[in-house]
Amino acid sequence: MTIDDGGEHTLGEAAGISKGSVSAAMLMPALTVTISLLGLGLLWSLAANTWPSRAFPGPGQVWQVLLREAASGDLFYHLGATLGRVAAAYLVAMIVGSVIGILLGSYRRADRFFNPWVILFLNVPALVIIVLAYIWFGLNEAAAIGAVAVNKIPNVVVTMREGARALDPRYAEMAAVYRFGPLDRLRHILLPQLQPYLAAASRSGIALIWKIVLVVELLGRSNGVGFQIHLYFQLFDVAAILAYTLAFVAVMLVIELVLVQPVERHATRWRRRPA
Amino acid sequence: MQPVGAAAPLRVDIAEKTFRSAQGVSVTALKNLSFEVRQGEFVCLLGPSGCGKTTTLRILLGLDRQFSGSFQLPGGRIAAVFQEPTLLPWRTVEQNVRLALPKDLRMQNLDALFDTLGLTGMRSLYPAELSLGLARRVALARAFAIEPAVLFLDEPFVSLDGRTAGQLRRLLLDVWSARPTTALMVTHNLTEALALSDRIIVLAPRPSHVLGVFDIGLPRQHRSPEAANDLLRSFHRKFPGVT
Repeated sequence: MTIDDGGEHTLGEAAGISKGSVSAAMLMPALTVTISLLGLGLLWSLAANTWPSRAFPGPGQVWQVLLREAASGDLFYHLGATLGRVAAAYLVAMIVGSVIGILLGSYRRADRFFNPWVILFLNVPALVIIVLAYIWFGLNEAAAIGAVAVNKIPNVVVTMREGARALDPRYAEMAAVYRFGPLDRLRHILLPQLQPYLAAASRSGIALIWKIVLVVELLGRSNGVGFQIHLYFQLFDVAAILAYTLAFVAVMLVIELVLVQPVERHATRWRRRPA
Repeated sequence: MQPVGAAAPLRVDIAEKTFRSAQGVSVTALKNLSFEVRQGEFVCLLGPSGCGKTTTLRILLGLDRQFSGSFQLPGGRIAAVFQEPTLLPWRTVEQNVRLALPKDLRMQNLDALFDTLGLTGMRSLYPAELSLGLARRVALARAFAIEPAVLFLDEPFVSLDGRTAGQLRRLLLDVWSARPTTALMVTHNLTEALALSDRIIVLAPRPSHVLGVFDIGLPRQHRSPEAANDLLRSFHRKFPGVT
């Protein structure tokens, strides 16, 4: 279904005028971030020159390793493997966690019964879940992704449960009176109300998941950033460890900038912006 | 609830509705409440605040099923204008109206309706950008857009200043006259009831039941300020003590 917003855009001109100032306003924060990161790099470089050691390479050496790994194709192969696992675990955790969370938030008796389970799983260390998953299901991809998802699901459940508790019954009643179909209810009543909670769970989720994925790779996979870091740890090659870490952090930063933030801006476009 | 033909009246026969508070105290809100709204008739339920008017509407809207008794709605779509506008803040004015429409009517031309209600320039705004009066107009547009068989209004003009409320009442009559729909409006404002309805059903305080019915024989276009005063006087003669 599409809804055509055929109305006249009476504010069109005003929006056109403000666009110029918007891009100028967006330039300043970007400049600040650049200078800030350059400062950190400079500090790192100074420290590495003051205490020269194989265990503490400067930014130049790390950059060399990064170029070497990129040229051989290793970097992209391992980044891709890790990114795939992050995406798969994220999807599984968000979908399963949201469904469970919304159910628990909607049915108080189910919540009272299952709440101890949620607390238990929240407090089982990630490492235990990973080790058990490998023992029970073997050293395979499904066990790896499942273990990461199980680590994240209780967090999603807790956040989405709060979201379901905060649902406004008036919108559901309006939808009942006007006989909204199930899909319309999901798309226009439920998801917009849960959006802030979904965003919170996603944000904390991506950061947590990629760190756990590295552990999973270290313990039982033969590719990915975690595997490479394990390898270079055995070779005591700190420059390579830092190169892989920084490369993956950069990838996550790009995802945040080009995917997460625009989606969030679109989802909250209806909120009144402070003038 | 059993929907029958579109020409059927709205028939209400609620034996009892009781609320149980968290402390276990039960309060009877409605007792032997029965009345009828004929097809195409505009009826007001008038009663003091807290006398169970909103409860009655919630039962008729199917939002509250914990009651004894029965009611019968005309067949067809139901529309409601709630006390709060209850617009979806994350959808534009136009989307809010269109979402209430059945799928096959979603792309229908709504220009005339938006025009009558003075909303033409606001179709692409979000509800947060509207005043309360404008948001109420959108709620009216949503209710009339679906061309309902029966329309329920729950004090749709409370907490508006007198001028805006008067303007909205005229708009309501404009859209309603274009397509007279069986309408039941809940209000505690006698002047409003006298200006809008064909009949006024006066409710007694809790537990609520029908105290009496006031028939306004006068067509709406003849309800001048003087005629309204006469109506008010004869209403007070019939129902002394009801304000």
